[in-house]
Amino acid sequence: MNDLPKQEETTLSFEKIKKDILHPLQNHKGLELWIVFLVTVIAVCGWAYIVQLRDGLGVTGMRDYVSWGLYIANFVFFVAVSLVGMLISSILGLLRIDWITPISRISEMIAVAFVAVSGLVIIMDMGRPDRVANVIIHGRFQSPILWDITVVTTYLMISLLLLILPMIPDLAICKNELKKASPIMKKIYNVLSLGYINTPSQHKHLHRMIKTLMVLIVPVGLAIHTVTSWLFAATLRNGWDTTIFGPYFVAGAFVAGAAALVMAMYFFRINYKLQDYITDVQFDYMGKLMVAVCLVYLYFNLNEFLVPGYKMKTGDDVHLKELFTGHWAVLFWCSQLLGNVIPIILLLMKKFRKPLPLMLISIFVLASAWIKRYVIVIPTLLHPHLPIQNVPENFVHYFPTGIEIAVTVLSFALALLIITVLAKIFPVVPICEIAEQRGIEVKIED
Amino acid sequence: MKEDSSKNGRRKFLKNLGVTVGAAGVVSSFSLLGAAKAAAKEPAEMVNLLTQDGQLVQVDKNQLRPTVTAPLNELQKRGREGIPGKSFVMVIDLSKCRNARKCMAACQNHHQLRPDQHHINVLQMQDAEYTAPYFMPKPCQHCDNPPCTKVCPVDATFKRQDGIVLIDNERCIGCRFCIAACPYSARIFQWTEPKDAEKYKDLTYNIEANVPQKKGTVSKCLFSADRLRVNKLPSCVSSCPNGVYYFGDRNEDAVTNGTTHETVRFSKLIEENAGYTLMPELGTKPRVYYLPPKNRAFKFNGDLLNEENLH
Ligand code: SF4
Ligand code: SF4
Repeated sequence: MNDLPKQEETTLSFEKIKKDILHPLQNHKGLELWIVFLVTVIAVCGWAYIVQLRDGLGVTGMRDYVSWGLYIANFVFFVAVSLVGMLISSILGLLRIDWITPISRISEMIAVAFVAVSGLVIIMDMGRPDRVANVIIHGRFQSPILWDITVVTTYLMISLLLLILPMIPDLAICKNELKKASPIMKKIYNVLSLGYINTPSQHKHLHRMIKTLMVLIVPVGLAIHTVTSWLFAATLRNGWDTTIFGPYFVAGAFVAGAAALVMAMYFFRINYKLQDYITDVQFDYMGKLMVAVCLVYLYFNLNEFLVPGYKMKTGDDVHLKELFTGHWAVLFWCSQLLGNVIPIILLLMKKFRKPLPLMLISIFVLASAWIKRYVIVIPTLLHPHLPIQNVPENFVHYFPTGIEIAVTVLSFALALLIITVLAKIFPVVPICEIAEQRGIEVKIED
Repeated sequence: MKEDSSKNGRRKFLKNLGVTVGAAGVVSSFSLLGAAKAAAKEPAEMVNLLTQDGQLVQVDKNQLRPTVTAPLNELQKRGREGIPGKSFVMVIDLSKCRNARKCMAACQNHHQLRPDQHHINVLQMQDAEYTAPYFMPKPCQHCDNPPCTKVCPVDATFKRQDGIVLIDNERCIGCRFCIAACPYSARIFQWTEPKDAEKYKDLTYNIEANVPQKKGTVSKCLFSADRLRVNKLPSCVSSCPNGVYYFGDRNEDAVTNGTTHETVRFSKLIEENAGYTLMPELGTKPRVYYLPPKNRAFKFNGDLLNEENLH
């Protein structure tokens, strides 16, 4: 699989790699402005959440029938995107596919940020967040929510380890090279690098540990999104009561995660001037990978909609008609076409797998992935088994309120902030792995 | 069957449930509390009360005292245990329902609900295109295989030994998974501060009535478990003017009509009228039985023109 252009190996020295990758950490003014902007957004939108805490969930558009809304759709979306960590650095990593080396760390950063925020999103959706401790005090292991909490925390832990462990050699470099770093940061580099100086035995132990984690995260990653799908599949509602929800969600998550990764790759390539590392080759392969995961997802979509659509069973019929031709048709077909069918067709052509076109396509894929989660969560709740009657008009429709949208922006801003901060203090491309891969000797001073 | 004992039991049941209903319907502990407080200012005001044996009497408001409520711990404990030896069931005779909605009003009054919050909801139903439309009161089905309690992460909603499914609003974290899981749309949520929250804030929480209602938690029909404890029929059952509801104990095989106070054999009632449960294919095993809407002595006066009302 390794067809990296050969000439690059000769033009890069270890010093140059170090300089290229570490330079933006301390000399990127725009990044600081961006952080200030995100913090402002978080502060403003945090106020919306405080209003929700004070007045209750009544400030949202949710009511007795649509009792899960935008927040739960966001939760599923966040969990989905976080699965990219498992896809890139574990599955492909275990298969020894080497074009992922420069992008594996970015994917772990996305994973950590999105899975951490997904936990917060669930708390933001709770009617009584003040009682969150009840989950531990009175926790019932028969409830899929408990399974979800368990796997989300486990996934967060392993993802954090998978971010930090492979970074240990780089942290040792940071400790030595980043002279301008603040004392706290120096301390962090020092502690986290664990005195690593790249002796052969250190190298061997470290890689053994990383390998173990890579194996471990595969079942946990599968579990996190499968269990999330069970929150729906474990109910008796039309549209959710299906047996393929687990793999269907996992496949959808790979699509969303890959799209998010491409966008982050593009951002860092341009902003951190990493064109020599995150090259056209990576984009080309990501484009191909996207076709593959989209095809799998398309296959699940066919099963999920064509089969019940063929039978039109009572209950399912109302739901499906609303999706195919009714109130939800625009969103439904947008998510299917823009998020799946059209990207597959375009990305089969090499010219669309260049960085810019691929990034633009990824924006549509990611947006569609989000719409898809919305279309999975809300229409089903509007089509219960028994008719909705004797309730006010706003119980029969759902549209998110300003507060809900602000809290959604808050969660996205939080995820972006985590990624930005991580990318501000840690090298986004693995220095030592790149050097090793290109046959350059790695020297770390004590 | 042990004729004697069951006959006795049934008679006792009739006496306990049927007769005491009226008085309790009119007077509840907190209205007494309110009345007693008010009386301190305006002395010598008389109020009308219905006694246990059905007589209307006048009492000086100054004489009224709130009933003594058990402390929270006690209420919570017995609320979780339920009433030993009982197995409560409800039978709803659709051939008699004229959409009077007295049940809905009584229920909302009992459980401190707003007019748009329903523990019991009278639905206009039509099963297929050319079948006859009918009214169907729909409380919680108190399923014997309840999908709602299965999914609760904190055991806030649970099923007790007497078959009733309850919610502990002091424990519920408001995740609303149970609402998603209930196929009968029987559950509601307190999205904002509940009705009259200020007025009832000092009242001890009663898990068997879900009062006072708590913001950010779930609520639903509880078969008026607090009334069953004092041998009264549920609020909806006793408020129906049309004899739609029967309520009773499956162990005793006896159900009492809330309007006529007539007690009949549960099994016979179901057998003779082809009683059924809602959506049995879901495997939820409801405890609410329906008698089909046949031989109705009145015209369906609902509004089914609206396509959305059909199912
Ligand atoms: S009707 Fe709904 S709320 Fe009532 S027991 Fe059955 S599933 Fe639970
Ligand atoms: S909303 Fe309350 S009762 Fe319902 S599942 Fe969640 S914690 Fe349990």
